[in-house]
Amino acid sequence: MSEAPLLRVEGLTKHYGRQIGCEAVSFSLWPGEVLAVVGESGSGKTTLLGCLWGDLTPTGRVTYRDQEMGALSEAERRVIQRTEWGFVRQNPADGLRMNVSAGGNVGERLMAIGDRHYGTIRHTAAEWLRRVEIDPARMDEMPTAFSGGMRQRLQIARNLVTRPRLMFMDEPTSGLDVSVQARLLDLLRSLTRDLGLAVIIVTHDLGVARLLSDRIMVMRGGRVIETGLTDQVLDDPKERYTQLLVASVLQVAG
Amino acid sequence: MMADGGYNFAYLDEQTKRMVRRALLKAVAIPGYQVPFASREMPMPYGWGTGGVQVTAAILTPDDTLKVIDQGADDTTNAVSIRAFFARTADVATTTETHAATVIQTRHRIPEAPLTNDQILVYQVPIPEPLRFLEPRETETRTMHALAEYGLMHVKLYEDIARHGEITTTYAYPVKVAGRYVMDPSPIPKFDNPKMDGMAALQLFGAGREQRIYAIPPYTRVKSLDFEDHPFSVQKFSGQKCALCGATHVYLDEVVTDDAGGRMFTCSDTDYCERRRAAGFLP
Repeated sequence: MSEAPLLRVEGLTKHYGRQIGCEAVSFSLWPGEVLAVVGESGSGKTTLLGCLWGDLTPTGRVTYRDQEMGALSEAERRVIQRTEWGFVRQNPADGLRMNVSAGGNVGERLMAIGDRHYGTIRHTAAEWLRRVEIDPARMDEMPTAFSGGMRQRLQIARNLVTRPRLMFMDEPTSGLDVSVQARLLDLLRSLTRDLGLAVIIVTHDLGVARLLSDRIMVMRGGRVIETGLTDQVLDDPKERYTQLLVASVLQVAG
Repeated sequence: MMADGGYNFAYLDEQTKRMVRRALLKAVAIPGYQVPFASREMPMPYGWGTGGVQVTAAILTPDDTLKVIDQGADDTTNAVSIRAFFARTADVATTTETHAATVIQTRHRIPEAPLTNDQILVYQVPIPEPLRFLEPRETETRTMHALAEYGLMHVKLYEDIARHGEITTTYAYPVKVAGRYVMDPSPIPKFDNPKMDGMAALQLFGAGREQRIYAIPPYTRVKSLDFEDHPFSVQKFSGQKCALCGATHVYLDEVVTDDAGGRMFTCSDTDYCERRRAAGFLP
């Protein structure tokens, strides 16, 4: 863990009318660090992600590399979103353009930042498809022709092509079957290591958190109830709720 | 001002024409920007030029001479009925000669003869939003225009090249106006795109169903989008020439002449073809 934090969050609060979305969430994220946000459905994980990304307008402060996100214009925020940040959605169809070929999906960000050379765009797109283990020979196929796991990998490539510093992931593996999940987790782990990517990953799956994350944040009822190094929290949970969560992971006898 | 007992001059009432003119002024002030306007029901179906007709009605004066073309021709149903409509409701002079007209309403073509700066070209536009088929959310496309986020437009061109080896968009080919707004030039063939660039005449675009007006002022830079390694190019007619006047530098229509595979190419701009023939050009 080096120098200054990449992202600093202070007192982030979002209410839906009288309902609490998330309340007084504060944390810092350092470059290259993977933070898992875990908790049951309705605990505010996705709300938190939406507030950080900018889909929702919370109170509190989000500072990214010394820039307060709330003070930026929409144009500036969108530039950061499509160059230095990435967002991997749970359902790949939400994060991809399903009527645009795989190559076009990966190339979109390059064209958005002003790349106007077809050959270069195509070459870069093929390179990233290869890195997420999609055969570049299939780059002109539509995502609809891809399996769920491939679509999710395509979504990741689409985000990584501008070499972002920070990725937000909302349950990236939970729509996939177990064997595909394992491969995707493997891929994510090596990519984050190789690229020095900071990641905030929302998951209800403690296995995913254990495998990928350096630190973990447990949420319940919109509040962070426990935070710490992943192994520490999962092996020796302090809070009753965390203990329950850890204990309730299905164990397959064998 | 009444014409043909009962109709207000050029059919629309004066308040409506004012409203359209306000939209037109704004459109001219911000080249390529789609200005919303309160489009009226016109006595013709949507898709037949209700937007263009409203723009024409708003700018027409009793001294104007009107020409209406559809696919370059003056004698097609749409052109004939719109010309008759204004002849009846505004009692303006009509013509088929490009150089004699002060207002030209068009669907799908720009006349071959260069226009002058005392002429106005009115386009009928079915879908004014160039990003529509890539991003269906209108809220999102408006934001993209506002922030000049036009990468998506290139995704469409990318897809063309990836699938067909070249940019196969042949009509409604997106352009960037005055270095700022990306605009749908209406479904004119891309052959006509270069004519928009720096055109001396004022170009007005009306989309009736979509309730949008936009404009290109005279002598404005209009650039067709492309890639560095796949530059913009217009249709080629591979050695074909007009069977009536012999022109090769014009947009040609392919006409099927019998059921035995017979076909011929002719100028799509009928007035241009007639003038060439009158001047002695032969096939």
